[in-house]
Amino acid sequence: MDNIIEIDNLSFHYPDGKMALKGISLKVRHGEKIALVGANGAGKSTLLLHLNGILEGMGQIFINGMELKKDNLGQIRGLVGIVFQNPDDQLFSPTVFEDVAYGPIYQGYDKKTVEGKVDQALAAVHMTDFVNRIPYHLSGGEKKRIAIATVLSMQPQILVFDEPTSGLDPRARRELIELLLELPQTMLIATHDLRLAEVLTSRTVILDQGSIVADGPSTTLLNDRELLKTYGLW
Amino acid sequence: MQEVYAHNRSIIHQMDARVKVIFTLAFVIFLGLTPFGAWHAYILFLTLILSIGLLSRLGLGFILKRALIALPFVLAAFPLVFIGPSPHITLNVFQGIQVFYSPEGVVRFISIALKSWISVFASILLAATTRFPDLLISFQQMRVPKLFIAVIGLMWRYLFVISEEVSRMLRARTSRSATLPDSPHVGGTVFWRARVTGGMAGSLFLRSLERSDRVYAAMLSRGYTGELPASDFQPLSKSERRILGIGLFLVIFLWALGLMTGG
Repeated sequence: MDNIIEIDNLSFHYPDGKMALKGISLKVRHGEKIALVGANGAGKSTLLLHLNGILEGMGQIFINGMELKKDNLGQIRGLVGIVFQNPDDQLFSPTVFEDVAYGPIYQGYDKKTVEGKVDQALAAVHMTDFVNRIPYHLSGGEKKRIAIATVLSMQPQILVFDEPTSGLDPRARRELIELLLELPQTMLIATHDLRLAEVLTSRTVILDQGSIVADGPSTTLLNDRELLKTYGLW
Repeated sequence: MQEVYAHNRSIIHQMDARVKVIFTLAFVIFLGLTPFGAWHAYILFLTLILSIGLLSRLGLGFILKRALIALPFVLAAFPLVFIGPSPHITLNVFQGIQVFYSPEGVVRFISIALKSWISVFASILLAATTRFPDLLISFQQMRVPKLFIAVIGLMWRYLFVISEEVSRMLRARTSRSATLPDSPHVGGTVFWRARVTGGMAGSLFLRSLERSDRVYAAMLSRGYTGELPASDFQPLSKSERRILGIGLFLVIFLWALGLMTGG
């Protein structure tokens, strides 16, 4: 099994009838880091929400060889960790520990294992000292790291990011990019931050009005001014 | 969450909001004042509001379904069946098991249930045929205190924002609610889940509080003084006054009928 994600002819329209995705097909190999770029409303976030079955469109999605279906949603959500754009949506517990522990506790691990997983996840984002802090009072960059830890604690094989650098100051942004470079998981990053895409990913997929309009090496696509201009990215 | 107002032109939609507000208010008040057990009057009240519903071309199914929202509140009146006025009657449910109930209490309970349902029906009809800003303006013209109107207006505006926030939080939580292929203990304990939900509610409260500060600052910087901009005051036209008059007459007539026939 070479591909960890296989999307086959995925289409989706919102209840109001607006087509958000039109016949998307995409194969992602193990360990690949892919940037998903496109103007606002191109369908990036909609596509991401299909990867763990939050939205259900027409077509097939295979995660690690398993077809995404109602009865294996729980398992797939453990494989695909989504880091949402606004960390405030993701952090809802009184302490960092409880937030990071949510996934493993839900999965049914015992107390000792949960503590181990929380330690590991916080260490991976270099936030071990923050275990007893209140998420609400952290800075933007710190919240982002904790949000990443909350999915890392489930030990997913795929990390999905929606606008990871939005709202971060330059230093927090740089530190986040350095952190993402360290993490070994397969990554799908929806972003407007083309510099981040170039530094972090080897492959870029451009979405426009719900369709994939370009798919190739990041260095080539992201330096093609004409192409970027056409799709509202420059 | 969706706004109830359906942009669907009909005579009822085009009518001045004040006519609809005053009529609905009178309808609900007089229906409330109608005595228990006045079944004829209830049926006529229902017929009246159903006819208006038909005129509004909203689809009765749509309104009837939404009116079920009154159901949980109606249950509060259910104990009347047992604690209503005497005499109480004994009912053999099974051999040896007896239940006491009050026939008068049953009549009261059914009356309350019907009245609430019809009233909610009327309110939904008002909300679904009137644009919200028009409702606010009509309140203003009817001299409802301005602070009160501002509170309703802001609440309506931010209800949608906050409900969207809630759905994003739930979505993020669902994304992290994973299961293992062979673990029997999925989902944690009930107590733990309650704690998580409590945490979410708390976090939502903090975020709303912060948002209200930001919104207020933005309003002040645009010159907000606590008042809605004054709207053109136009008196009701002759035909609108006539329609309102007929509507009010009908409602009062039905109430009087209820007084004569009801318990």
